[in-house]
Amino acid sequence: MIYKNLLHRITEFAVGLLFGLGLMISGMTDPSKVLGFLDLFGTWDPSLALVMGGAILVGFFAFALAKKRTTTFLGSVLQLPTSTHIDKPLVIGSLLFGAGWGLAGFCPGPAVVSMADGQPKALLFVLAMLIGMVGFELMDRFIHAPRKLAAKASQTL
Amino acid sequence: MNIDWAHFTPWTSLSGGILLGLASAIFVLINGRILGISGILGGLLIPKPGDTSWRIAFILGLLAAPTVFHAVLPAQFIVLPRIDASEWLVIAAGLLVGIGTRYASGCTSGHGVCGLSRLSPRSLVATVSFMGAGFIAVYVIRHLI
Repeated sequence: MIYKNLLHRITEFAVGLLFGLGLMISGMTDPSKVLGFLDLFGTWDPSLALVMGGAILVGFFAFALAKKRTTTFLGSVLQLPTSTHIDKPLVIGSLLFGAGWGLAGFCPGPAVVSMADGQPKALLFVLAMLIGMVGFELMDRFIHAPRKLAAKASQTL
Repeated sequence: MNIDWAHFTPWTSLSGGILLGLASAIFVLINGRILGISGILGGLLIPKPGDTSWRIAFILGLLAAPTVFHAVLPAQFIVLPRIDASEWLVIAAGLLVGIGTRYASGCTSGHGVCGLSRLSPRSLVATVSFMGAGFIAVYVIRHLI
């Protein structure tokens, strides 16, 4: 059990490292490169389309295999998302995220890696992002969740 | 549309992308989880018991990446990142990204890479939405203001 846990922690660390290296090699950690891709109506740098393409090419086969399994190669439970409902939070949240992405050229992964690379603005971004995440988390727990519960209670009455 | 051939880096971007795909593949097949940065980070902020060690292990790996990158790659291949946005803009962007990704349950990694790889309609809607908003934001900043 301890051995298996250790094996999990080691692979998680290795995957994090591999992902970070992928972000740096691909150019995702350079905001000017990201904004070059998002500048569709100016001089457009299509590089990041190849980042997505390369990642999905590999990911497609991995997830096709994952869908056929219920456990991982280490024997733990394979947890794939089950929600299929396209709702308002998904769209509004993504629009807010995209706007923020376009303002500075950082999305969460590359920002964390750039912060570790010693970029002061990346640190600033990550701190603001964490505050935003905590804010959402608190709102969800103390405003959304009780409201949902109240709605459910009124339905059952 | 004008293509920016001077900054186009097809081979490094494609190989970096393949590494991102490999990392996501290993994560789902060995650890059984979706590799989504905003979700992994968000779950740590108000932690649930027994659900933190895997997140910390992953993030430590992510934080170690620049050190390994600089140790392995010769200096002439390293491109220094350029951040044009001002400090205030960076803070506003960070807040938007933090709230938005948690509200949408995912970002570029969880929806853009993993979600599209598993052909999830939800992730397709998310990706089209955040890319669209990104295109518009850059258009407004670079060409309207």
